[in-house]
Amino acid sequence: MEVVTENKVLSFVEGFKKPETLTSTRKEAIQALNAMDFPTTRVEDWKYTRVGRITKKNFVQRETALKSIENLTIDGLDAHELVFVNGYFNEALSSIKEDQSVSIDRIDNISEEYYAGLVEDTEENVFSLINKAYQTGGVFINVKKNTKANRPIHLIHHVTGEETIANVRHFVQMESGSKAEIVTSYSSSSAPNAFSNVVFEGHLESNANLTIQKIQREEKNVFHIANELFVQDEGSNFTINTITTGGLLTRNGLNVLVEGENCHTEMNGAYLGVDKQHIDNHTLIDQMYSNCTSSETYKGVMDGKSVGVFNGKVIVRQDAQNIEAYQSNGNVLLSDHASVNSKPELEIYADDVRCSHGSTTGQIDEDAIFYLRSRGISKDNAKKLMVAAFIGDVLDKITNEALRASIDELFFEEYGWKF
Amino acid sequence: MLTIKNLHASVEEGAEILKGLDLEVKPGEVHAIMGPNGAGKSTLASVLAGKDGYEVTEGSVDFDGKDLLELETEDRAKEGMFLAFQYPVEIPGVSNINFLKTAINEIREYKGEEALSAKDFMAKVRSASKVVDLDPKLASRSVNTGFSGGEKKRNEIFQMAMLEPKLAILDETDSGLDIDALRIVSDGVNKLRTKDNAVIIITHYQRLLDYIQPDFVHVLADGKIVKTGPKELALELEDKGYDWLTEENQTV
Repeated sequence: MEVVTENKVLSFVEGFKKPETLTSTRKEAIQALNAMDFPTTRVEDWKYTRVGRITKKNFVQRETALKSIENLTIDGLDAHELVFVNGYFNEALSSIKEDQSVSIDRIDNISEEYYAGLVEDTEENVFSLINKAYQTGGVFINVKKNTKANRPIHLIHHVTGEETIANVRHFVQMESGSKAEIVTSYSSSSAPNAFSNVVFEGHLESNANLTIQKIQREEKNVFHIANELFVQDEGSNFTINTITTGGLLTRNGLNVLVEGENCHTEMNGAYLGVDKQHIDNHTLIDQMYSNCTSSETYKGVMDGKSVGVFNGKVIVRQDAQNIEAYQSNGNVLLSDHASVNSKPELEIYADDVRCSHGSTTGQIDEDAIFYLRSRGISKDNAKKLMVAAFIGDVLDKITNEALRASIDELFFEEYGWKF
Repeated sequence: MLTIKNLHASVEEGAEILKGLDLEVKPGEVHAIMGPNGAGKSTLASVLAGKDGYEVTEGSVDFDGKDLLELETEDRAKEGMFLAFQYPVEIPGVSNINFLKTAINEIREYKGEEALSAKDFMAKVRSASKVVDLDPKLASRSVNTGFSGGEKKRNEIFQMAMLEPKLAILDETDSGLDIDALRIVSDGVNKLRTKDNAVIIITHYQRLLDYIQPDFVHVLADGKIVKTGPKELALELEDKGYDWLTEENQTV
């Protein structure tokens, strides 16, 4: 008798191409996938996000050219622009300007030894492994010691074509005392049921300062799962702002491991759901050393039948004394059918810490709406003003003016909200 | 300008608060509506402004030829009605300026007028701030957020100056004001008076009427106007209280 057991992960990746010579990262990922399965909602980390509608699809890798990136760049950002179409690097559309402090290479050229040493004990999931096994492009960015990138680095991602999978993988190495800002934007066109499967990792060496701005504005028929991992060494300062308006299902999985004293970590997020969108922000800050601070603010506005998920965990290890960690999640529901699952978590093993966390979910203040209407503002505009005000304090964390202007424009186009 | 006839209104839970109220306000007039607690003063203000939670069961309200009760709250404002709130709402994140610009331009659009230019708008903000001596910094802060009681009331009159209503209803505007703030707020209202606009002052106490002289004083008790007189009536009420009127009313 023959027992046929089908490995769902292996059939998912069956048609994916890979290079003839494999880096050790690829080899290990391919190896690890043999023993993996896709998570169900019985797995705590995926309790509120079902991935079945992604894993049942037959995705294809599709290298496509784009005519122009006119609508994908950000006016006035004046950035190094690196363009990835369906997960493939598009050199013709990219422009790297003169900058002594930054070097940009293909991800496959990263030192395997350095990379392996850094991520040795970190946890992978099936999606990050699929990415690492079958990634089709991405960059290794290095910012040199004690220098500052002379302009932002804009990683422009675009997906197109039905059921396309884009496995893009990036790594940024911030050498000691360096400083940079990376904008990473995701968009799509004519890409029903496409899947952006993203890995973005980085290392902040001592006293480095890195700001990442993520804009996920893919069309509302695209799946997006990101696994983002950043390791902070002593005295480093890391900020990431995540703005999500796009995707049918978006999961921003963000882990920050703080592996040195005197670090500051800041995570802010704004997410806006309409129709049947599902937006999941899953974050972890792991404080392992003393005298660090972290601040996390996520705000969501959910309309239609959309579902929001916030699962933010802060761990303060036993040896990490004098930690200040702040975490908050606020949500506004604009419809009776929208919902949010909010799960802020603190796991504290040290004695001397100042931590706070909180979560609120509610409707717009009716008294305020009445007040605005009594001054001649229509109900619709009153709501817009209130929502813009609610989400505005998260957007105010984005100090890059050109970027902020483009986000304001995005919100106005999508929702009619003015700031 | 405003004609209220036999107005009956209940809260949604059922209790009738206004029980046949009549009032006629003409351009250029100032009317004071006084009365004991629970007489229905604030209900009157809420019903006129169109607040949810009240049901008009009988009567009519005509505002310059329009059936006021048929209009949405925002359209009442667009037609020129203004309510200065007893408890102005704090709205964190919405700047006074942004909010008033939205309001003014919506009102102008309703009237078929062009949007105000940024320059004209700012000029208006400056002149309106002067009316109530409002720090221009407060004008750009979030609506009422972190304002003192007095600042909130000044902000109400500042908004009135910006919106230039035909009819302003001041609901207990004097409550919680110290003597200096009371003077500033009432000076502001007096500066805004013209022969074409009107003011209804709803108040429990006579002291505001020392500063804003009413043409008529009405006593509202148990949901009706039980007495109307000249401004001296306010002094009499201050002296004798309301009991003599409510008793008189009951015996009639």
